[in-house]
Amino acid sequence: MSKKISFTFDGKKYFGNEKDTLASALLRNGVFLVGRSFKYHRPRGILASGSEEPNALVQLESQGFTEPNVKATEVLLYEGLKANSQNNWPSLKFDIGSVNNFLSPFFPAGFYYKTFMWPPGLWKKYEFFIRRAAGLGKSPKENDPNEYEHVHYHCDYLIVGGGVSGMLASEILRQGSNENIKILLIDQNNELGGNFNYGTEQRIYTKGIVNGDEAYSGWIQWLKNHIKKYFNLKILNSTSVFAYMHNNYLLAIQNIDPQISPQNKTLRQRIWKIRAKKVILATGSFERPLVFDNNDRPGILLANSAKQYMEKYNLKLGKKTVIFTNNDSAYQTANFMFRTGIPIECVVDLREKINPYLQKLMDIAKIPIHFGHAITDTSGWLRIKSIKINKIDGKTNKIIGKAINIDCDNLLISGGWNPNVNLFSQSRGKLIYRDLDGCFIPQESFQNEISIGACNGTFELENIFKEAYKKLEHLINPELLFNKFYCEETTYKENIKTIWQIPSSKPLGKTKMFVDFQNDVTSKDIKLALSEGYRSIEHIKRYTTTGMATDQGKTSNVNALGIISKISNRPIEELGTTTFRLPYTPITFGAIAGRNIKDFFDLERTTPIHEWHLKRGAKFEDVGQWKRPWYYPIKNENMQKAVNREVEATRNGIGILDASTLGKIDIKGRDASEFLNRVYTNAWTKLEIGKCRYGLMLGDDGMVIDDGVTSRIGKNHYVMSTTTGNAASVMSKLEDWLQTEWPDLKVFLTSVTEQFATISINGPYSEKLLNKLCPKEDFSNNNFPHMSFKEINVLGISCRIMRISFTGEKCYEINIPSNYAKNLWEICFDLGKEYNITPYGTEAMHVLRAEKGFIIVGQETDGSVTPIDLDMSWIVSKKKYDFIGKRALFRSDTIKKGRKQLVGILTTNPDIILEEGSQIVEKITKKPMDMIGHITSSYYSPNLKRSFALGLVKGGLDKKGLKMFVPMINKNIEVEITNPVFIDPSNKRLIA
Amino acid sequence: MNKKPKKYSVFSLIKNAFTYHENWQPAWRSPEPKKEYDAIIIGGGGHGLTTAYYLAKNHDLKNIAVIEKGWIGGGNTGRNTTIIRSNYLWDQSAALYEHALKLWESMSQELNYNVMFSQRGVMNVAHNLHDVRELKRRWHSNRLNDIDCEWLDTNQVKKFCPIINTSQNIRYPVLGATLQRRAGTARHDAVAWGYARGADAMGVDIIQNCEVTNIIVQNGQVTGIETNKGKIKSKKIGVVAAGHSSVIANMVGIRLPLESRPLQALVSEPVKPILDTVVMSNTIHAYVSQSDKGELVIGAGTDSYTSYTQRGGFNIVEDTVTAIVELFPLFSRMKMLRHWGGIVDICPDASPIISKTHINGLFFNCGWGTGGFKATPGSGWVFAHTIANNEPHKLNEPFSINRFSSGELVDEHGAAAVAH
Ligand SMILES: Cc1cc2nc3c(=O)[nH]c(=O)nc-3n(C[C@H](O)[C@H](O)[C@H](O)COP(=O)(O)OP(=O)(O)OC[C@H]3O[C@@H](n4cnc5c(N)ncnc54)[C@H](O)[C@@H]3O)c2cc1C
Repeated sequence: MSKKISFTFDGKKYFGNEKDTLASALLRNGVFLVGRSFKYHRPRGILASGSEEPNALVQLESQGFTEPNVKATEVLLYEGLKANSQNNWPSLKFDIGSVNNFLSPFFPAGFYYKTFMWPPGLWKKYEFFIRRAAGLGKSPKENDPNEYEHVHYHCDYLIVGGGVSGMLASEILRQGSNENIKILLIDQNNELGGNFNYGTEQRIYTKGIVNGDEAYSGWIQWLKNHIKKYFNLKILNSTSVFAYMHNNYLLAIQNIDPQISPQNKTLRQRIWKIRAKKVILATGSFERPLVFDNNDRPGILLANSAKQYMEKYNLKLGKKTVIFTNNDSAYQTANFMFRTGIPIECVVDLREKINPYLQKLMDIAKIPIHFGHAITDTSGWLRIKSIKINKIDGKTNKIIGKAINIDCDNLLISGGWNPNVNLFSQSRGKLIYRDLDGCFIPQESFQNEISIGACNGTFELENIFKEAYKKLEHLINPELLFNKFYCEETTYKENIKTIWQIPSSKPLGKTKMFVDFQNDVTSKDIKLALSEGYRSIEHIKRYTTTGMATDQGKTSNVNALGIISKISNRPIEELGTTTFRLPYTPITFGAIAGRNIKDFFDLERTTPIHEWHLKRGAKFEDVGQWKRPWYYPIKNENMQKAVNREVEATRNGIGILDASTLGKIDIKGRDASEFLNRVYTNAWTKLEIGKCRYGLMLGDDGMVIDDGVTSRIGKNHYVMSTTTGNAASVMSKLEDWLQTEWPDLKVFLTSVTEQFATISINGPYSEKLLNKLCPKEDFSNNNFPHMSFKEINVLGISCRIMRISFTGEKCYEINIPSNYAKNLWEICFDLGKEYNITPYGTEAMHVLRAEKGFIIVGQETDGSVTPIDLDMSWIVSKKKYDFIGKRALFRSDTIKKGRKQLVGILTTNPDIILEEGSQIVEKITKKPMDMIGHITSSYYSPNLKRSFALGLVKGGLDKKGLKMFVPMINKNIEVEITNPVFIDPSNKRLIA
Repeated sequence: MNKKPKKYSVFSLIKNAFTYHENWQPAWRSPEPKKEYDAIIIGGGGHGLTTAYYLAKNHDLKNIAVIEKGWIGGGNTGRNTTIIRSNYLWDQSAALYEHALKLWESMSQELNYNVMFSQRGVMNVAHNLHDVRELKRRWHSNRLNDIDCEWLDTNQVKKFCPIINTSQNIRYPVLGATLQRRAGTARHDAVAWGYARGADAMGVDIIQNCEVTNIIVQNGQVTGIETNKGKIKSKKIGVVAAGHSSVIANMVGIRLPLESRPLQALVSEPVKPILDTVVMSNTIHAYVSQSDKGELVIGAGTDSYTSYTQRGGFNIVEDTVTAIVELFPLFSRMKMLRHWGGIVDICPDASPIISKTHINGLFFNCGWGTGGFKATPGSGWVFAHTIANNEPHKLNEPFSINRFSSGELVDEHGAAAVAH
């Protein structure tokens, strides 16, 4: 006997078997009531046995491990499992919420659209209660202790579904191909074999060497063991394919060690990202419930699921079982029960008769059958107690005669089968409706895909065998098949009488015929929607919420369509299905995120000198993905003090900045100069080799999107620098232009941001430091003027040194291969001690550049600022034939007077530092106030010994000297518009 | 003509309960198209339906049709994540969206249809200094425009939304947020249905399953449309077709400055109340709210390529959900239930076009991109004015199509990369 496993449900301890799911274990313990429905809080039991389960939802585990809305049919039992029922209070058995069931006449579909409107102010209150009533389980409140990961996989064949069709397909493909092909077989259950055992009594033959004729169940066991042996066939169990995207890209989610509790493992789920040359869908089918009055009571199960519980899990479900069917498949359950000695009260069959073989079987079993009868009502609250059956007229489907009462504690229903076409439809394949058995089946593939077996509407076992060989034959070499299987003809035939809505003696309005069990959508709700004019299938779905529950309509969608078709008298095929979308089954957020959270969420980028900054106690700022030193406090210095010190040191001694994060793009090729001419507003052709030039890049709307200095390294060779945050987007824009707009230009771009580190040495003593560093070189203005560049050997390493400046001080920027950067930085630091060399961060950098009126793209600009607005018309070439943004730049409104322009701003009170982002007005009025601009940058300047700011102001260039206001919450700050250059307007320091 | 619609209320629900709800009348009729209308609106999304509604209500036109190729509300109106707010940066946008927000506040009563406008606040979270600067700029601008907006520091964020991760050691810590309390969400379908019912009651013909295949122009004046249900005449035609606007513009040789791209969204399984506001983050690119049904409603930015398939790449879903888990680590064990995409029509400046054209009687209302749901009532209101008077209302003057040739753009990109 298998091991006993203990678990609790609603706090009570039970025992289950090793192979049990939570659902089978509950049934094993006689627990038929497991949940409450969403709207009416009706008692509900287990309906199905797989991912289609609408009712049996539980809250699994507690604290960090808790998970809401788990289908009990999908959880494998593990030792210590804890589950609780959901959506009830105070208890599952006695749930106050179920008054809704009795008030249900007042809550038809969409009732909330019609009420709660009066008085208007009260909606918030109503909504509070509506929200409390809605929802099912509870969100976790603690962080998730488990982990998730992603795997990429490529294969020749992906077979989805490990039932008979899928296994057969894998065997055919493996045998019929050479050993180099790679097959992946995925099944959602923890064992192969599938759910659908139509015809388990048939015999399987083979003409090959392997074991001769066997009964199906023996054969399937053999096949299960057999296919595991091959190295080129990989099998994933407990894995569901949930998305079928373009180009045969499929996503699957694997439950890791499902029989181990989440507390005892780290890795919980893994997402497989699969690219397959060919996809074989063998995803089976779902049994359809029948829609009749009160068809939702605990103890009502789908007939085939019930058979599984009895056969696979060895359960005896009830003492008095009735089967209600409209097709042959439920007779397998009947026959199985007979063979294993489980009593059956009777079968109620909508049809007038069944085939003679079946009839004979039933006769032997002495099972009474009520032909031409339907169940028209049921009773029993926490478990089904009895049913009412009526004879129905074979032609009109109306009730005739009197009802008969039958007691039962278990009702097994079968309304036929729905091929599981979810993935096929996701792949954008076309479906067609088959009237014969009310099925949507695949018509035409859109991708490189083949559907076989029940998901293709092929239900009988012998046909499944034939179809598999026929549809896969063209993929293989038939001569390689060393054994070929055949199957004996089945007794159970597709022979179904579809009545979408079983008649009732009550008016429809008084019935509760559930279509969508979880969302409590009944047949009369659908009728209501139709009569209110919600006629398209999507409107009905949205108005009634049918098919929108966590089971995603697996048991309800086709029934809903059937009922719509019946009520509105339109053929089903005209209604169309709603398209299936990913995910096939709900997917854990954590699994979607995988490892890309916490430390791996948008990886931090750090410069080669980062460690030094850390040691120095720097505070960091996030700039794009980069961590940049913001300021370097010494001891208990606050930020302002530190920044002041850094600024002063740079203006008076040496400031050293790690500028490695700036984007660097290496530009090479015959047309490099022409390329730059087109992407920047100024002219590049005449730039001498060894010189640098500042450029502004515009978008095609004429607005500034980036800036930076580009140096000419050789005739056809430049290095461009970009802003830190835009490096990647500029690179891809440039590539875009090159590849799509100017394919004729011979230019090659390489990002070298990470190959070079940049050490920026600023201040009046910078030249002295450089002389100490490279005593043989001449760094004087004459030999190495501002805006020039040299390739210089620094301590044996070839570096590119640029004489450019973002601080207004004399500055040398050393670009050194990254590996050496930290050493060089440390050496500079030692050599510079006598000049009070001071590392400065981004904040001091901002102050220094703002004092000079230098802009930062993204701060002084916001996508609505032109070079002219920045008072930089000097950089816009008037002669060039064209550059990106030129046409847009000269539109009437882009060049009109009075646009927002860059100015300096000084508060009347020098101690007030304005808030960046605050607005500027000419006069204080009642709101809304007329805003004429805003503060883009604002700092305290230790050099000016006061606060100062930059801003964009309408017509600002003509408003210099005027007083304005910055209205804050509790005060209005007076300011004056000034020139944006506060220090050294004639650039003396730069060339000192 | 149709009967005056029976009023919806608790009492009508109770009354109808006794007749098993078998006597409700259709919310709107399903008429066959007439030969001619005073005005035709192409596109039965929220914006098209409100246009028809306000044309009938505020202006003298009564003989109006809405032509919808599928089912009303089946475009972006029924696919969006329903964030409604008016805290836009630029004066022009703020005025338009605030006008809409005011209409939202009385919409359920006006329509006698509960659109479940839920003012639980929208919080825009800042994660770096750049965000702080930009969001504060928006806050100050909103304040002076008399639009409710507050700045919350990290502690206040935590207080307002306790489940957000405000630890300062994470990759992108929360540095603060703006909060607009009057902002929130609504039930998207109800908006389409409520306006359809309201418009229908005033005689507007709502014609579904009717695709416009051509627009007829004679001597610079529109005279009608061709559809799969035949020709329909009208001298005034308003096109409100969101992602497909360029396709329709193409019929008359107009090239609109629009890109149509997929925008994706998803919901979780429903759970009991856990998140009581809307949280948006530009830097980590995601936003989330919880619907009245209990589902977490999640979205992000658009896919970066143009396409008409209503499905995007899974990488965007992955990035979005990752961002949500980062910001709300407790949601890690929640599950994605449904996912979908819509085709959004994006202007270069991320602002809409509500405009006349050089063809007499032809008007366009499009370019709402990722954020037009919130404007639904306001958009219809000003567009109806434009169609009726052949002149824009003051509120939509800045949104003329001419701004792309003059350069007077209303660039909302700068302040909000994700403009929901
Ligand atoms: C995933 C997603 C999330 C979003 N989130 C938000 C949000 O949170 N907040 C927000 O404010 N906005 C959001 N939006 C944007 C918002 O949905 C749209 O801006 C808005 O709904 C547009 O409404 P509409 O009426 O203009 O367009 P639609 O609702 O798309 O209506 C256009 C209609 O025109 C019809 N049509 C097209 N061609 C023809 C033809 N030839 N003949 C007849 N009919 C035609 C279409 O079938 C469609 O019904 C989001 C959008 C998406 C896709």
